[in-house]
Formats: sequence, structure tokens, C-alpha cells
Amino acid sequence: MVTVNITVNGKPVSGEVESRTLLVQFLRDNLRLTGTHVGCDTSQCGACVVHVDGKSIKSCTLLAVQADGAEVTTIEGVANGSELHPMQQAFMDNHGLQCGFCTPGMVMTALDIVNRNGNNLDEATVRKELEGNICRCTGYHNIVKSVQAGAKNMGGS
Amino acid sequence: MYEFNYRKVDSVDAAVEAIQQADDGKFVAGGQTMLPTMKHRLASPSDVIDLGGIAELVGVCVEGDTVIIGAMTTHAAVAASAEVQAAIPALAKLAANIGDPAVRNKGTIGGSIANHDPAADYPAAVIALGATVKTSRREIPGEEFFTDMFETALEEDEIITAVTFPVAEMAAYMKFENPASRYAIVGVFVAKTGGEVRVGVTGATSCAHRGLQLEAALGGQLDASGIDAVELPVENMNSDIHASAEYRAHLVKVMTKRAVEACAQ
Repeated sequence: MVTVNITVNGKPVSGEVESRTLLVQFLRDNLRLTGTHVGCDTSQCGACVVHVDGKSIKSCTLLAVQADGAEVTTIEGVANGSELHPMQQAFMDNHGLQCGFCTPGMVMTALDIVNRNGNNLDEATVRKELEGNICRCTGYHNIVKSVQAGAKNMGGS
Repeated sequence: MYEFNYRKVDSVDAAVEAIQQADDGKFVAGGQTMLPTMKHRLASPSDVIDLGGIAELVGVCVEGDTVIIGAMTTHAAVAASAEVQAAIPALAKLAANIGDPAVRNKGTIGGSIANHDPAADYPAAVIALGATVKTSRREIPGEEFFTDMFETALEEDEIITAVTFPVAEMAAYMKFENPASRYAIVGVFVAKTGGEVRVGVTGATSCAHRGLQLEAALGGQLDASGIDAVELPVENMNSDIHASAEYRAHLVKVMTKRAVEACAQ
């Protein structure tokens, strides 16, 4: 077993893991932060996207030991208490989800899109940037609208 | 995934020593292929030596007419590099279209070419631009680096430290991508450097390679009018559920023409 020390959503945490423990397993099983989902086995679906040191990564494709010393933000660290983050609110307002399984990954990717591309996002940019996040319900149209609206609201708040 | 010994090292020498001591060790760079492969139990190394702590392997610099990319530089960093965008824009664009944003934040150039997935993007650029692969023990010409599917000229305990790309006069990469994985069903990189036009092909066969027949048809010019007449040997092409051998042979020519046209623009 290996000891890992990670800052998750601003709080330092440590745990004992096997070398093979994936970051997503550490988040879900050790920390009980089950907002980060596992939707596939092939690093394609994006349901497990979290931010590590400010960048979006697939937490199913990173070992927990590789995140030792890092700052991790999960979907649980996005809202301000009971007040939704503007990006979360935009998904709600624009019907950007149906079953909700992909939504945590979508929101974390959306925040990364805004970080890199700013608050005025055109549709083509959003669609291209969402290539690594799969949704089986919505057909993506309302997700794209949500990301655009959320980005705009983040700039205006 | 089977359990393994994990070691993170902070120098190339330490990494080489670690793998020499391991029973069946593997290096992990960005892990975007390595970890899924281990999850599927297609690989089960006794030791995983993480190169992520070797700071000297990260970064991009341009010296004269050469772009030097450290082996542990991520695809996202290459894509966003103003220096790469200015020197070889086609290379920055190639990096920007590998996988998806989260994969690009972890995946590295060294990991990609060391793995030599026959549908990876970088090998086409390494070959067409006449790059040199620098390792812990030598320098390998790009076109001699890729030897067969998932096989390279690297020894088991040899680490890529950097890839150096001569700046091309004109270059373009075109890929016909798998819409799910973003891997190249066929990808063709065309580069004009020092009066020579070179073609690097990926995805089409078991090994990334120079398109010598295509180069002959171009005759050193960015003029695609002779490409249609090229007869590529269909028996060498990959064939799978995504594309038949005949279709891949066709796509190689189409992607070559598009890349040549993109160069000329």
C-alpha cells in the first residue's frame, strides 16, 4: 500500500491505496465523493472528468499515486454551498441533462473550456471541445446551449 | 488491473536504473494508452516507472530552424505553444486534434511515439518532417524509429528525451478520423523541407511509414495532380470494422491530395 496526500476541493486528504488504484476509485471509494462517475472502460466517455492542478483530466486514466501532492477539484467542489455554480445553473435552466449520469463530467469539462477559451463561446468551439464527453440522452443540443449560457453567466457574475 | 510496484523518478538516469532492476518493468509517460491497456489486462508489468517527475523532459524550444519538444510535453502544451504555432503550424494543429481535451492534458509526444499505435497521429509528422528522436543513449532518425505495429527501435531500457523537428517551408496534416476514438483511420502528413516533399502515412498499414510512391508522384512539388494515378498495394493495408483495405488505400490518396492542397494555400 502507498500513502497519498491530495488536496481535494480545497481540503487536504490522505489515504492508503494500492499502486493500481485509479484516482476515480480513490475519490469514490475512499472519500465517498460519488459525483464523479465511471461510464466506460476505455477513457472515452468523460463521465469521470475532474480538474487536477487546474486542468481537466479523466480520473479513470490516472493512478491515485500519480495525483499525490496535487490539487483536485471534483463536481462536489464547484457549487458555493447550496448555491449552484453558474455553469450548473445553466445546465438546469437549459435542460442540459436528462438522466444526469454524464453531467458531472460535462460541467467539469465545461469549466475547463471556459478557462481556456473565455466567456464568449461559439457553438462550433463547444462541440469540438466536448468531443471527450459522451451523453446518451440529450443529443447534445441543450448541453451545448448550457455551456454557452454558463460561460456567459460566469463572465457576468 | 493487476497490482504492480510503482516508482516515480526525477531523472532519466534513475528511470533507466529502475527499469534495469525490475523483472518486467514499463515506463509510463502520460498514461493515456498505458493505463487503459493495463486496465484491460493486455499489459501487466511488474513495475511501473513514472516519468512524470522528470522536469527536464518537459518543454518546447525553437533553436534556429529546429523545434525541440521534450518527450514529456503534453499534446495540449504543443498545441498551445506560440513557438510551435509560428514555426510548424501543422504540428501544433496535429497535436490539437489528438484524442480529446482531457487526454491532451496528460498524453505526451514521447509516450505516443514510444507506443507506436499504428493509428497514432505524431508518427506521420515525425516521418514527414524528418524529425530526430533523441533518447537516453543515442539519436534515431524519425523514419527508422517505427519498426512495426507497437514496435519501435527503442531498447527496453531506453527512454526518449526529446524529438527535434526541422522547420518545414510548408506542411499540412490531414486525417480521416474514427469518430469515436479520434484515432486516424488514415492520416497523411505532407511537408516541404529544403526543396524536398516528404509524405508520412499513419493508420493505413501496420507501421507508420514514408509514402514513397506518393512522394515519387509529387516529384518534389506541391502539386497533387499525379496522385490519382498511384496504385498503392492493397494487400499491405489494414482492414477492420472501421475501414476495408481497399477503402484505406483510397483514403491515403485522398488525404494526401488534401494535405498537398492545404500546404499550397
